[in-house]
Amino acid sequence: MCYEPLLDRMPTTRMPSFTDREGLFAEERPRYAEEASYKIHGGCGLMGICDESGTLMSGENAIRAIAVQRDRGNGLGGGFAGYGIYPEFPDHFCFHMMYHDIRAKEEAEALFDRYFQVDLAEPMPTRPVKGISDAPLLWRYFLQPDPHKLEGTEMSPEDFVVHTVMLINSTVDGAFVASSGKNMGAFKGVGFPEEIGHYYLLEEYEGHTWVGHNRFPTNTPGWWGGAHPFTLLDWSIVHNGEISSYGINSRYLEAFGYKCTLGTDTEVAAYLFDLMLRRHKLPIELACKALASPLWSEIDRMPEEEQAVMRSLRAVYGPGMLNGPFAIVLGFNGGMVALNDRIKLRPLVAARQGSILMVASEESAMREVLDAPDHVWAPKAGEPVIATVQGAEPLIHGELHLSADEVSCAVTGVLETCETVEVN
Amino acid sequence: MPISLIQPEFKVHIDYDKCHKCGRCVQQCGWGVYSFNERPIPDDSKCRACHRCVTYCPAHCITIRKNDLALRDNANWSPALRQGVWRQAETGGVMLTGMGNDKPYLSIFDHLVLDACQVTNPSIDPLREPMELRTYLGRKSDAVQVASDGNGGYRLAESTGVEKNIKLDTPIIFSPMSYGSVSLNVHRSLAMAAERLGILMNTGEGGLHADLYPYADHVIVQVASGRFGVNPEFLNRGAAVEIKVGQGAKPGIGGHLPGEKINREVSETRMIPQGTDAISPAPHHDIYSIEDLRQLIYSIKEATGYKPVGVKIAAVHNVAAIASGIVRAGADYVYLDGFRGGTGAAPQIIRDHIGIPVEIAVAVVDQRLRDEGIRNQASIVAAGSIRSSADLAKAIALGADVVAIGSAALMALGCHMCQGCHTGSCSWGLTTQKPELTRRVNPEWGAERLTNLVHAWSHELQEILGALGVNAVESLRGSRERLRSIGLDEQTCKILGVKPAGM
Repeated sequence: MCYEPLLDRMPTTRMPSFTDREGLFAEERPRYAEEASYKIHGGCGLMGICDESGTLMSGENAIRAIAVQRDRGNGLGGGFAGYGIYPEFPDHFCFHMMYHDIRAKEEAEALFDRYFQVDLAEPMPTRPVKGISDAPLLWRYFLQPDPHKLEGTEMSPEDFVVHTVMLINSTVDGAFVASSGKNMGAFKGVGFPEEIGHYYLLEEYEGHTWVGHNRFPTNTPGWWGGAHPFTLLDWSIVHNGEISSYGINSRYLEAFGYKCTLGTDTEVAAYLFDLMLRRHKLPIELACKALASPLWSEIDRMPEEEQAVMRSLRAVYGPGMLNGPFAIVLGFNGGMVALNDRIKLRPLVAARQGSILMVASEESAMREVLDAPDHVWAPKAGEPVIATVQGAEPLIHGELHLSADEVSCAVTGVLETCETVEVN
Repeated sequence: MPISLIQPEFKVHIDYDKCHKCGRCVQQCGWGVYSFNERPIPDDSKCRACHRCVTYCPAHCITIRKNDLALRDNANWSPALRQGVWRQAETGGVMLTGMGNDKPYLSIFDHLVLDACQVTNPSIDPLREPMELRTYLGRKSDAVQVASDGNGGYRLAESTGVEKNIKLDTPIIFSPMSYGSVSLNVHRSLAMAAERLGILMNTGEGGLHADLYPYADHVIVQVASGRFGVNPEFLNRGAAVEIKVGQGAKPGIGGHLPGEKINREVSETRMIPQGTDAISPAPHHDIYSIEDLRQLIYSIKEATGYKPVGVKIAAVHNVAAIASGIVRAGADYVYLDGFRGGTGAAPQIIRDHIGIPVEIAVAVVDQRLRDEGIRNQASIVAAGSIRSSADLAKAIALGADVVAIGSAALMALGCHMCQGCHTGSCSWGLTTQKPELTRRVNPEWGAERLTNLVHAWSHELQEILGALGVNAVESLRGSRERLRSIGLDEQTCKILGVKPAGM
């Protein structure tokens, strides 16, 4: 770990003016994946809602749930992810793309044409909304890996998609992949989240699971890709908090090959989930217990067998424990997991109404969205709230065999992260 | 010709108007400073400024001052260097000394500062919230594998090795000081305190006296090059076994406990004849390379039913590679002893000029083990002048799991750092075997003071963790992001992995 002199830091990337949309005047297009090379602090509001019966609900719910938490953001970032929103294309990977200009779009589309069968490419439907300006070009693509190209690679389709994400984020300047999962998508940008939601016409989508985020960064990154949720294939993470243990969490992950370059705590949380769930194959409940460990005094009172498990989890994953205030919602195609820090320094409230499970930073969100919740409670510190859609895929996404640095590159796309990765 | 060119370092001043003429000073001084002729008469040349007489004088009439004799200024030839030449011209010998390096090298700890939370994340109040210091010493697996227990819960699918770890209630242990170099009462104090604190004491290389067998769960037994007191029973009388390869105060140097200190009990514990010098060779004569170390580690593991085996080395230039080899050889912890570490006796020239600071050693070893993906396989113990809870917190932030304290522990028992440990005349009864001196340490009193010290440092560490906004020590361990340097050069910052303040 070494530091770089202050002056060498990348300036914050900015959106182009409309005159520059063709990319004719841009001397150098921004590398979208990099928000800032220093750590951005911030607080936030979040929500997650899942109908475990698989019944679809409008994105309007997510907008309303986050709109009542407006005070938790400062208009510098908002975003949503919805699951089950593309029933017409359930088996296609859907790429939500952000482009700085036409040239970036052309370069990215050349890659899609070369490696994928693109069954639908269209501009993301949006409407003008007061408060939203300087949006990048937003497009979405429903595609599947070209079987011939896939055949020669010995990769699974999921591997292939993640490699494409890496390729775009690291080599196509001015292009950024906002999400790339099946039957899901991320909708995010700079603005208040209800503005972002209306901008993307979210009320017209229907999904069984929604997560949303309202951002309050302490400086002005003003970059659309930097808003939450962060995604990797089907996974999406929204996060409220400040990991006080970021220093050791990132060094711990680096020993496993992950590269923590964004300086955001969310990135660290995403990698820790990837390490524990996908690579170490820990059940989600135990991964949550490792991330927000029970106190030793609680462990010492557990039955013997459970004690042995918990003691090992803490001793082995101690450097990965997320210490400090946080609330996290991890969305995936089979539901969502919400987790609070170990002494509940950030708010997280949950509610159940029939088959609907909802979490949010504030209870007002439940009261806004649910007519008559059966039960509203504040989950205990470190107790995960897990919603599972009936008959849905398990949490691990498909056939994925990525190494840690490939995951880092896919999530961040930061040049230095991707340099060591073979992106072909 | 004068007997010696060396003038006394200190002046002992007695205010005879106040003096009770009781002779307490004569009785208390282990160095033989005082004679008594109607009133105590000091011989300045023998005084080491240990303050035993000052502390015990009922009239408070003794003052020790520096001998203010002027020597012509010379920035190159310090008075100490001149004295060294005179002394060696007189004796023709190697100059011996005790305790740690006293030269004014840059202290890296004193150029590091810690972080605290403001606004964006909350600090935590350790007086109202749990603040966890529990630490497990030893090898851990890289991942935990579980299987369903059939009732919706989980059980361990295979051993993670944590059950072989040693639970410490706070990340502080006592560093090795052998019975022989220190008195049995010091060992008793350390063992009692370790038991009360839920931590470990370390036998050092002099074996384990039978009186300490009840404390076996809180003792690290040490195997050093002299193999004093080592037999299968000894190995099994500890919670862990430590192979001592080197010591920060005297890297590359063996040990020499003079025959005068080998009384009957020391002789029985060390398993050597009474009155003979106990000489530890410089290397282990069965460890001439890393593969030999591996054999010894596994021999000891076989002999002890796979207790944790640690390896103590002095921090030297190539410490990262050496430590990596030690971990790969199977050690459960690596004990890094910095060049300011104390000693019962060492050649002064070695003590003051060989080795590197523990701050650097911890930083490079922690990083190397992470680079090689083997950091989980061993704990790092940092020692070699941990002087306060600030040093403790900074060592942990640099990457240490645990720190070991020796000099601070002796100071808790009365040591005043007079650097006379090698003489066997310690007035405080610590580094001596003379019965009239050793009985000055009451183990119950000693254990209480040691317990107080470690409790105090632990409370302060909790305060630091709270300010940092974390409530478990593992969230500080290796978290160099929470450190900043002030006044260190860029290269040192890079080596430490610490940014300068302001970044």
